[in-house]
Amino acid sequence: MFQPAKSLDDALAAITDGCMVVVPREVSGVPMAATRALIRRGVKRLHLVALPTSSLQADLLIGAGCVATLETSAVSLGEFGPAPRFTAAVTAGAIKMMDATCPALHAALQAAEKGVPFMPLRGLIGSDVLKYRDDWKVIDSPFGNADPIVLLPAIRPDVALLHAPMADRFGNVWIGRQRELATMAHAAVKTIVTVEKIHDGNLLDDPVLAAGTLPGFYVESVAMAVRGAWPLPLPDYYAADAEHLAEYARMAATAEGFAEYLKRYVYDKRAA
Amino acid sequence: MSMTNARRDFSDEELLADVIARLIGDVRHVAVGNASPIPATAALLARERGNGRPYVSLLGSPKNTFWTDGARELFDCAGQGRIDVFFLSGGQIDGAGNVNLVSTGDYEHPKVRFPGSFGSAYLYYVVPKVILFRVEHSRRTLVPHVDFISAPGASEKNVYRPGGPVALVTNRCLFSFAKGRFTLASVHPGHTVAEVVENTGFDFDQPALVPETPAPSPATLKLMRETVAPQLAEVYPQFARQVFGVGISTPVS
Repeated sequence: MFQPAKSLDDALAAITDGCMVVVPREVSGVPMAATRALIRRGVKRLHLVALPTSSLQADLLIGAGCVATLETSAVSLGEFGPAPRFTAAVTAGAIKMMDATCPALHAALQAAEKGVPFMPLRGLIGSDVLKYRDDWKVIDSPFGNADPIVLLPAIRPDVALLHAPMADRFGNVWIGRQRELATMAHAAVKTIVTVEKIHDGNLLDDPVLAAGTLPGFYVESVAMAVRGAWPLPLPDYYAADAEHLAEYARMAATAEGFAEYLKRYVYDKRAA
Repeated sequence: MSMTNARRDFSDEELLADVIARLIGDVRHVAVGNASPIPATAALLARERGNGRPYVSLLGSPKNTFWTDGARELFDCAGQGRIDVFFLSGGQIDGAGNVNLVSTGDYEHPKVRFPGSFGSAYLYYVVPKVILFRVEHSRRTLVPHVDFISAPGASEKNVYRPGGPVALVTNRCLFSFAKGRFTLASVHPGHTVAEVVENTGFDFDQPALVPETPAPSPATLKLMRETVAPQLAEVYPQFARQVFGVGISTPVS
């Protein structure tokens, strides 16, 4: 039978240096406890795919030197302003940036989900987003009449990393209506999940819960992480910790302040 | 930056939301992206006035999104023409309606980096009515040519393009957009045409007489403050507090 991981660190073992990892946007449940664990372990050279945007998670990983390549549509702290470590790294040329647009990331993961090499997408033609993506191509639609359309190669991440409200002892994970988490898991080779709690019984036995369940078939490991999205929200469960995010925005504005933040909230496990 | 002018009883944000609500018009579905509190206010205002029409989808708001197929559903909806109005901003916007959400200077060695293009490089093409908004109206933001085109204002004839810009709203004025150019449509109370010209980096057309943007009516202000603001607080708590003095109690399970 599927066994929940003994520890968060054990669950994260598949995320090795140089991995391509896909992570979700803020409202879908961002695995922040797992992110802090990865930083403590000192993971390097990640190709981070943020579906389709990121906030604190990408900023922390970039600031801590864990990211070589970032593929996303935007990184910001939302109401708390620009993401300072992301901004600093891009202006310094410290990471390779693969600027995308939200539906392109969804579509490229859907291609991997279907096991097809690419997905077409409208828009993009004439933009500099397309101009700087050598891996994207424009063809004339074979079904149209001089109808140019962009083709996006499938994104097949090594690992999908997500946080969800609950999992059962069969590895099934309840994601509710955050269906992009299922797309991430279907597209990735392995999926690692942190959860708020373990559900007694089998999530697939109840048709109401089953509709919002990512089957354990896709799941490599599950670890408990209570308030595992903190300080970001887990929608329908808890809100963002606005005070902490404001503190982060202040501290991360400088390299020294960011180092102090890591020391206080990441390396000191008790705080995390 | 909530500036309530001593001679008037509304803030800039309330005026802009009222202007945008009028631009939305009678449509079925308005979607609002990230970091767009003023358009969100306008969309919710339009919904209140229309007794529930249009549908309003606010990204980041579980209460104001009906998506059950993940975030891609927004883009799939838009691709099919099921979204009538969307909003875009930009670190830079130019006179051809090009928006830049990425960076200034050389892309590979940027001077200033913005968050990124979000959904603009797709939605600008497929949503029929895209309303541009940029509160800061200056030569820094409204430029002759953007340094990076996140999404172009217009496309070649053979490119699938049912959507595009219809207007640009700033803290000083309202521009309409047609045939690849902006036209000054109205100047907000307390601002002047000369000031708009002085602070705009691109060329635009203007009629002989430029009207003043109408002030929000007392009924509109009441609706915004009493009914819209509490709904807004779910997704833009800081903005709702700063502009409307409204907070929410946070549910914790």
